[in-house]
Amino acid sequence: MDQFTINLLFVGASFALYIGIAIWARAGSTSEFYAAGRGVHPVTNGMATAADWMSAASFISMAGLIAFTGYDNSSFLMGWTGGYVLLALLLAPYLRKFGKFTVSEFIGDRFYSQTARIVAVVCLIVASTTYVIGQMTGVGVAFGRFLEVDNTTGLLIGAAVVFAYAVFGGMKGVTYTQVAQYVVLIMAYTIPAIFISLQLTGTPIPALGLFGEHAASGEPLLAKLDAIVTELGFNEYTAHHADTFNMVLFTLSLMIGTAGLPHVIMRFFTVPKVSDARWSAGWALVFIALLYLTAPAVGAMARLNISEMMWPNGGVNGEAVSVEQIENEERYDWMKTWQKTGLLNWEDKNGDGKIQYYNDKSEAMQAMAAEKGWTGNELTKFNRDILVLANPEIANLPGWVIGLVAAGGLAAALSTAAGLLLAISSAVSHDLIKGAINPQISEKGELFSARVAMAVAIVVATYLGLNPPGFAAQTVALAFGLAAASIFPALMMGIFSTKINNTGAVAGMIAGISVTLIYIFLHKGWFFVPGTNSFTDADPLLGTVKSTSFGAIGAAINFTVAYVVSGMTKPLPAEIKELVQSVRVPRGAGSAQDH
Amino acid sequence: MADNSSNDAYWSANLRIIVISLIIWAIVSFGFGILLRPMLSGIAVGGTDLGFWFAQQGSIIVFLILIFNYAFRMNKLDREHGVDEE
Repeated sequence: MDQFTINLLFVGASFALYIGIAIWARAGSTSEFYAAGRGVHPVTNGMATAADWMSAASFISMAGLIAFTGYDNSSFLMGWTGGYVLLALLLAPYLRKFGKFTVSEFIGDRFYSQTARIVAVVCLIVASTTYVIGQMTGVGVAFGRFLEVDNTTGLLIGAAVVFAYAVFGGMKGVTYTQVAQYVVLIMAYTIPAIFISLQLTGTPIPALGLFGEHAASGEPLLAKLDAIVTELGFNEYTAHHADTFNMVLFTLSLMIGTAGLPHVIMRFFTVPKVSDARWSAGWALVFIALLYLTAPAVGAMARLNISEMMWPNGGVNGEAVSVEQIENEERYDWMKTWQKTGLLNWEDKNGDGKIQYYNDKSEAMQAMAAEKGWTGNELTKFNRDILVLANPEIANLPGWVIGLVAAGGLAAALSTAAGLLLAISSAVSHDLIKGAINPQISEKGELFSARVAMAVAIVVATYLGLNPPGFAAQTVALAFGLAAASIFPALMMGIFSTKINNTGAVAGMIAGISVTLIYIFLHKGWFFVPGTNSFTDADPLLGTVKSTSFGAIGAAINFTVAYVVSGMTKPLPAEIKELVQSVRVPRGAGSAQDH
Repeated sequence: MADNSSNDAYWSANLRIIVISLIIWAIVSFGFGILLRPMLSGIAVGGTDLGFWFAQQGSIIVFLILIFNYAFRMNKLDREHGVDEE
C-alpha cells in the first residue's frame, strides 16, 4: 500500500468517527447546545479541554520553535501550561457556580452593565475570529501535504466536517468529538516521539530520554546536542541568550492570555458541580502535559537528527552530505517530499557537489568558510512548521506512523476551530440576540439563531482561511494580548473584589485593550498594514518589551484603571455584593443548572 | 446558606491556599526556570542544569501538583464549612 492510501485511510477513518459521534450527540436544547446539559464528567471535560486548547500551533509549530531556538523558547512550555493554574485557582470554580452560559454574560451581570457585556462580546469575537483563521489555514496545509489535494479543496472538506458536528451537536457534539480528537492527536504526537527516543537514547519515554544518554556516543543527549550546534556556529541549545525581562513578561502574558481565552473558560460550564470544575482543570492539564512534556524532547531530538544528517561523516570537520546522496539515498527521501511544498530547500552555492549547513552569520564560521571555500549556508530554507510533520520521515519510521501524524494534525486544528466557533456563536446568539436585541426570543428561536450564527461563523472562517489577510500570523499575538488585557482582569476582579463597579470595569477593559492594541500596532503596523509601524520588535518602544509580551502590561493597566475609577465613582449596589458572595461559595450550584 | 462569619472564614482560608499556591507557581517558573537559573547552574541534570529542567519539564509537573492539591483541599474545606453542594 502506498503512503497516499495509508494517509487517506487514517484521515478518512478519523473523520467518519467524528461524524458518527455528532449524530449520536445531537443537541436538543440551548442548555445542551451551550453547556452540553452540564452533564460532562470532569475527566471527559479535561480531555475535551485539552483538545480544545491544543491547536495547530501546539501540535505543529511548538516543537519546531523549541528545536531551532532551544532554552529561550521555554516560555511557550511554561506559559501555555501555567495559565491553567490561574484558571483553576482564580476563575473556573466561581464561573461554574455562577452557572450561566457565556463569559460575557458573567461580565454583564456582575458589573450590572450592558456596555460591559458588549465590550466583552467584542473582545471575545475579535480574539476568537483571529485565532480561528490560523486553524483553518493549518487544515489547508495539512490536507495539501498528506492528501495531495490543493489547499482550497482541503479547507472545504475540513469546513464541511466541522459544520456537520458543531452546528448540529453544539457543545454536546463538540465535547465528545473533542475527546475522540484528543485520543487521535496524542497518539499521533507521542508514538513517533517514542520511536525516536528509542532510536537515540534507548528510553521509550521521550521526556526521560531528553535528559538521558545519547546511545551512539554515550554522552548526555543535551551535551551532545550543545556540542553539535555550537560546532556549526549556532547558539548553544541549553544556554540562556534571550533578554531576561522580556522572557519573563512574555511567559506571564501567555499565562494570563491562556486563562482569559473564552473558548477554554466556557468548557468549565459543562461539568455538573463546582468541585468537578476544580478537578477538571487538573485533568485538562494532565492531558495537555502529555504533549507538553513530549514537545521539548521532540524538538531537541529532531535538531540532533537533522544536524547529523547534514554532516553524516564526522561533523563539520568531516564531509557534508552530497547532492547525490540527497537525490539517491532512501533516508533523504523526506527532503525531496518537503521540497515540493516549498517549505524546505537547498542550493549548492559553491558548486562543490555538497550541501554545507552552518550558521553563516557567525564570524568564526565565516573565517572557516573562507578557508574551505564555502559561500554561505546551503540548506537555504527550513520552515520550522514542517518539523513535527516531517519528523517520522526524518527518523525513517513506518508508513502508518506518517498516516497517524496526518490525522493528528487535522484533529488538533479541527478541535480548536470547533471550540472557537462555538464561543463565537454563543456570544452572538446568547449575548447579542437574546441579551440585547430580542430578550423575548423563545428557546427554540435562540437555538435556531445559535445554529445560524455558527454556520455564518464557519463560512466567514473558511473565506478568511482561503484568503488569509496578510496579518494572520501576527494576530495570534493580538488574540492573546486582548484576552490578557481585557477578559482575564475583568473576570478576576469580578470574583475577588467587591469594590470594582460598572464604570471601573468598563474603563479598565477599554484602557487595557486600547493600550495593548496601540502597542501592537506601533510595532506591527497600524491595522497590520505593512510599513506603518514606528518601531520593530528588534528595537521596541519600551526597553526590551516586544509587542508579543505586552499582554501582561495591558492586564496591569486594566487592573489599575479599574481600581482608580471605581474609587472615584459610586460603590456597588447591595444585590451585586450578594451576587459576588454567592459566586464565592459552591453551595447552590445545582439549582443554577436548570435556569 | 451558612451564616456570614463561617463564609468569611471559608473565603480567607481559600485566599490563603491561593496565595501560597501562586507563590510556588511563580518560584518554579519565573524563579527556578528563568531568574534564578544562574544560581542553580551548579546542579547538573542530564547534560544540563536544574534551571533548564525546571523551564522545560519541572514547572509543568509542579503546576499539575498545585492544581490537584487545590482541588483536594478546597473540596475538603467546602465540607468543613458546610458550603459543599448537596
